[in-house]
Amino acid sequence: MKRSKRIETLDKRPVNLDGYINEWPEMGFTAMSSPYDPKPSIKVEDGKIVELDGKQRKDFDFIDQFIADYAINIEQTQHSMSISSLEIARMIVDIHVSRQEILKLITGITPAKMTEVMNHLNVVELMMGMQKMRARKTPGNQAHITNLKDDPVQIAADAAEGALRGFAEEETTMGVARYAPLSAIALLIGSQVGRPGVLTQCSAEEATELELGIRGLTTYAETLSVYGTEKVFIDGDDTPYSKAFLNSAYASRGLKVRFTSGSGSEVLMGSSEKKSMLYLECRCLYATKGAGSQGIQNGSVSCIGITGSVPSGIREVLAENLVAALLGLECASSNDQSFSNSDMRRTARTMLQFLPGTDFIFSGYAAEPNYDNMFAGSNFDAEDFDDYNVLQRDMQVDGGLRPVTEEEVIRVRNKAARAVQAVFKHLHLSPVSDEQVEAVTYAHGSKDTPDRDVTADLMAAEDVLKRGITGIDIVKALAETGFKDVANSVLNMLKQRVIGDYMQTAAILDKEFHVLSGLNTANDYMGPGTGYRVEGERWEEIKKIPHIINPQDI
Amino acid sequence: MQISEDLIKQITNAVLQEMGQSANSTSLVGKDRINPKRTSYANYKKAAKGTNPKEVVIGVGAAFQREIKRTICNIPLDEVLENLKAGIEEEGMVPRVVKILDTSDVCFMALEAAKLSGSGIGIGIQSKGTTVIHQKDLYPLSNLELFPQAPLMTLDTYRKIGQNAAKYVKGEQVIPIPCTNDPMSRPKYQVKAALMHIAETEQLDPEIGIIEWEEK
Repeated sequence: MKRSKRIETLDKRPVNLDGYINEWPEMGFTAMSSPYDPKPSIKVEDGKIVELDGKQRKDFDFIDQFIADYAINIEQTQHSMSISSLEIARMIVDIHVSRQEILKLITGITPAKMTEVMNHLNVVELMMGMQKMRARKTPGNQAHITNLKDDPVQIAADAAEGALRGFAEEETTMGVARYAPLSAIALLIGSQVGRPGVLTQCSAEEATELELGIRGLTTYAETLSVYGTEKVFIDGDDTPYSKAFLNSAYASRGLKVRFTSGSGSEVLMGSSEKKSMLYLECRCLYATKGAGSQGIQNGSVSCIGITGSVPSGIREVLAENLVAALLGLECASSNDQSFSNSDMRRTARTMLQFLPGTDFIFSGYAAEPNYDNMFAGSNFDAEDFDDYNVLQRDMQVDGGLRPVTEEEVIRVRNKAARAVQAVFKHLHLSPVSDEQVEAVTYAHGSKDTPDRDVTADLMAAEDVLKRGITGIDIVKALAETGFKDVANSVLNMLKQRVIGDYMQTAAILDKEFHVLSGLNTANDYMGPGTGYRVEGERWEEIKKIPHIINPQDI
Repeated sequence: MQISEDLIKQITNAVLQEMGQSANSTSLVGKDRINPKRTSYANYKKAAKGTNPKEVVIGVGAAFQREIKRTICNIPLDEVLENLKAGIEEEGMVPRVVKILDTSDVCFMALEAAKLSGSGIGIGIQSKGTTVIHQKDLYPLSNLELFPQAPLMTLDTYRKIGQNAAKYVKGEQVIPIPCTNDPMSRPKYQVKAALMHIAETEQLDPEIGIIEWEEK
């Protein structure tokens, strides 16, 4: 066939490098509804749910049972289930119906009913729902802080810059898992250099992550994964009960925790039981709620290539974020994984969370260039910082970030690198040279820094665990090497563990270590003139982007 | 009469509809599997626990070299296996290959291989190419080295994985193989990864468990 030059040009567009697939419900490739999804139903006998979404108790799998026993309000359920799904969908969008009223109603509906409600909402209505249902009044943002070399000095510098730029939480992970203790320490120090009160997390194998948390080397945890089918749960060597237990283990030590789920994982694991991605994700969110977690990271997350490949997939992603908010959970709404070659498509996808605002719009904005992002690439990276700041300014939207000056960036990066150098030396860990501090201070990514001695680093990492180094050791090392202010901040982060207020839903800390959560600063949006508005100091801050024309220069 | 492409399409569609199939060739709606049937390994020898302290066991996926012959980025699995084994041998250790039919999760595959290995070091490899080096006494979801981005793997990487696995056996200070990262592999490959994983998982036969796999 003679080719059309127009079509040839279109074929080469980045959007056509993405993967798309037709709906295939038998294998779970369907976003919001499957012909095999159950019809909503509930039956209560003697204070016990004996039928859930068409299934009798004797036929429950462990997820059904967990949901029936712990995630549905039995006093409320008859009433809630008697209201039509369409009516509930309308209440979610109606500015005259308060968030509190909806939260109460939702405690009584089942996962299949929730799926039905979501199917009545288009993306704009889903965004309206999110604007009202988000737990915390002020939206927030979270960064990924990683690099290809697992270089702890770069982690500290990027964490400091990220904190300066406004991220309220920072998460790291490793290419080589054994680096975890050094990554956690570097992130903890760097974050506090950039802005006191930033929460930090080291995503690792669950037992390691728990240990780092208990020792005070991290200040929250996020990687407690739940799944929508029993088979995938079992493959992960887990049950909802074991996750609830792990959740309590963190809680017992005063650590903030959220769970992780996201549509598409069951499809990727080949065990979707023919159900829609949204229905399975609803099961995950109910299990999360039932386990007593304050929040969730969801929105397809690392399986966005699957959910994004099917029709209505990106709408489904927002729907699952909204389901989390409807269940009263903190929602860290993903946007944390590269999912499209098209700049247009990846930006559009993020607008669905950016415009209404979520508790954390990204649950990992790459605060380094994406080649250094060890979560396999985020949807936005360090090279998009100015685009993001301009988007906030264009639309007068609070996306959680702020413009910064080059001088500030260099100052905090350098201080963080020097603090890690001093702490490592004080604790007899692997050495950090002055050349490395200098390189990392001015670096964009790991291509600009000297290689570390990996063997020495890994021995030091093992040493941290063996010697039982804790957060208090880090405080002492900082204090004794001239970083008193940073020592004080790290100590304050440890004190939060004793106070425990930051375990409330959607909590973050301001720079004076005051908790801002869904409890003490609840979202009170009820239409124009209410809720969070971008104004005052914050609006002035957002306006101050670099590269503004000075009329006097013309 | 002029036979146009449109006419042919119309006729084909009509015939396909008659046969009760979708005219759209990329749709599998109504089907529960990718490959119509499961290969039987009932006649294969069950994998034994090794006693040779120099042994590294490679546990391959259920569809390996059968239903799936190439990795996600089209490297022939025969050559992948050759390079893994060559890497192990170059370091003076002894490879043994088993096929794992009770799980398609790469971490558990690698751990099962490690538990069967005389040295306690094992490699798990899915048919799409995702690979883990594991040690028998580690947590399942922990590992010595993990190579999660199958599309970035080359034959050279597989050879180095073999070498590093052997070095762990020898108790040397091993420098992990440097990570590679391509943020754009997810949009391009994740659907393919899901389909390959489905094709692998549907071949599982937990009652058979793990078998010796010498087939070339």
